[in-house]
Amino acid sequence: MIRRAPLFGTVVAAVILTFVISALAALLYHAPSLDPSYIWQDSYYRHVTKFSFYQALLSTLLSVGLAIPVAHAINKRHFKGKGLLLKLFASTLVLPVLVGVFGLLAIYGNSGLLAEWLQHFGIDASFSIYGLNGILLAHVFFNLPYASRLLVQSLESIPFEQHKLCAHLGMSHWQKFRLVEWPCLKQQLPHVCGLVFMLCFTSFAAVMALGGGPKSTTIELAIYQAIKFDFDLQAGALLAMWQMLLCGLLALAVQKLSKPLPAPVGSLQRYHAFGHDSLGSKIWDGCWIGSAVLLVVPPLVMVVLSGLNSKAWAVLSDARFWQALSASFQVALLASSLALALGVMLLSTSRIWRLNRQHFRADKIELIGTIILVTPGLVLSTGLFLLLRSVTDVFSVAFWLVIAVNSLMALPYVIKTLAQPMFQLVQQYQYLTASLGIHGWHHLRLMEWRALRKPMAHALAISFMLSMGDLSAIALFGSQDFRTLPLYLFQLLGSYQMEAAAVVSLSLLLISVLSFSLIEKLFKSEARRGDA
Amino acid sequence: MLELNRVQYHYHQERFEFDLAVEPGSIVALMGPSGAGKSTLLALVAGFIEPSQGDIQVNGHSLLAQLPHQRPLSMLFQEHNLFAHLTIRENIGLGLHPGLKLTKAQQAQVEQAAQMVGIGEYIDRLPEQLSGGQKQRVALARCFVQPHPIWLLDEPFSALDPVIREEMLTLVKRLATEKQITVVMVTHHVSDAKAIASHFAFMRRGKVEVTESINQLTSCHNNQHLSAFVRAGE
Repeated sequence: MIRRAPLFGTVVAAVILTFVISALAALLYHAPSLDPSYIWQDSYYRHVTKFSFYQALLSTLLSVGLAIPVAHAINKRHFKGKGLLLKLFASTLVLPVLVGVFGLLAIYGNSGLLAEWLQHFGIDASFSIYGLNGILLAHVFFNLPYASRLLVQSLESIPFEQHKLCAHLGMSHWQKFRLVEWPCLKQQLPHVCGLVFMLCFTSFAAVMALGGGPKSTTIELAIYQAIKFDFDLQAGALLAMWQMLLCGLLALAVQKLSKPLPAPVGSLQRYHAFGHDSLGSKIWDGCWIGSAVLLVVPPLVMVVLSGLNSKAWAVLSDARFWQALSASFQVALLASSLALALGVMLLSTSRIWRLNRQHFRADKIELIGTIILVTPGLVLSTGLFLLLRSVTDVFSVAFWLVIAVNSLMALPYVIKTLAQPMFQLVQQYQYLTASLGIHGWHHLRLMEWRALRKPMAHALAISFMLSMGDLSAIALFGSQDFRTLPLYLFQLLGSYQMEAAAVVSLSLLLISVLSFSLIEKLFKSEARRGDA
Repeated sequence: MLELNRVQYHYHQERFEFDLAVEPGSIVALMGPSGAGKSTLLALVAGFIEPSQGDIQVNGHSLLAQLPHQRPLSMLFQEHNLFAHLTIRENIGLGLHPGLKLTKAQQAQVEQAAQMVGIGEYIDRLPEQLSGGQKQRVALARCFVQPHPIWLLDEPFSALDPVIREEMLTLVKRLATEKQITVVMVTHHVSDAKAIASHFAFMRRGKVEVTESINQLTSCHNNQHLSAFVRAGE
């Protein structure tokens, strides 16, 4: 069939490429040398690079290693609030990092709940959350739930009949894990490990808030420090290039390792434990689920509890809070809408290429949409910073730069959420729409809008939450006049105004969660009205 | 009058060359072994694929420059005829306007068509709440409201059980007669062809080998492939 791919996807790809390439050109221009050995010969850079890999490796091992028994237990057991827990687990990744960090500080910090209790019992708590400990804790807090969620998803793809068969053959829990569940998990592990490693390797806000001094600094943070504090643009550019090279190599490796997640099976039949269920295995599973809940829930509860303090009124009557809130809202709204629009346009083109069996082209244009994985937000911001400072006052266009960078950061999530549904929509209905003459605006209104509203709402909500909580773009471009909530929170944390920070944390958490559910709800009620 | 004149099409190693003339108001059963090119012929007429040579005409006017939705024909596929996310009412309405901007009269027309095919009471449901036969009835209702004089049916009832299949065939015949529609229907079943068609076209290896009146469709036809095909189906 003759299908013409819409042009705007190509245009979007070209614009994104131009944007990223000009930022990179600025980096290239400013970097003193392009020889990687230049970095390797500097002992500080070498240390920073080693530490980036070291902490990412440890974080991955801990997060994914512990996620395996957790996912196994969650998949096997049914308990009240399981759906909610899984939803929470799926969203820790887009939770504003500083909110999570604040919650962790409130429990494990030097004057946190844990230290207080220990002191109460006369034990001197001499551990410190700052440094490698804190970074690992934060990374496990954010990534273990997400990894568990992905692994549960892969366990759910085991056909119902196989569970029956296992019972029929009299397999014990351990035998079943070894022979049926582990082979299924094993297929997903490279993908999950790769993803978590990338996230930890480029993690910025958590390291910035919890890393203690030069001993535990990552490349991402070193770039920021070089530019923001040392005004050493050359070093910033060089490190940014170095980070990009490493991320590119990592992304390639991840792509080589990973297989796509299995699509959820048609009938969502619940896992059933047929036959004998021993007390021991109940306790074992209960412990894992309990520990995971203990890891994730208390910090969030602490955010809520400590947010309701005597400073609340002072913070809420401070104009800076409202300015930051309004800036955050504008950034999040514009960035998430832009990300959704860009994603839909890219995919409208790539899906037609896919239908025409031009898979190579389709893969490449979708790859351009996820380019931010190779050029992390901070690297891109650095390039833009260097590029624009010779032309204009960077801070006067800061608002738009943050929106652009945040929307590019959200774009991979949009593409991941919408690629499959958007392709299936045209794959299934291409002849029907062609013979009925449904195209252009009518197609958008009757097909995408009516059939894909749910995934689109989800993509928008995720992008919104991500932009709402992001610190990496605003960190460089923020100023006295332009400050988002995460930056405001960071400044409060930095000046140890913990009570005010608690209030802002709670506000950020509430706003993120409320906007997320509001967006999804709005779209759903529209859908119901449309169906009537 | 629908005519295919030396219509050629290549797909990988396969070559097709079709000649066919369909009289207005007739119902033609398109038959033949798998891979003979039945669906390819329909796709060419519908405009989903383009011939490398030859011409396809309706009443003397070539269709080749027209996009699928501009051609004077309605399509019915074996499956996926309905948009799962739209109601029955909307699915039928799409036959009248691709953006569902319907006048009062057209809205009434949709309801009337739904009544006619016997699914009037389900009109505000979603397709997933209907059985396979009911879904095809909805699709037929959409064909019925479309203003086109030719229907192309690509194995529309193969997935249905024999009793429902027979009901559907009767329905097609009734609707087509009422609006004086020309029907080209791909089918595997000799009995289907005999139940509904006025003519048949037998295809083999990318060509239309025989086009005759339906009462010539017998196991003692002098084309040995055709007679074998009929015998196997009996």
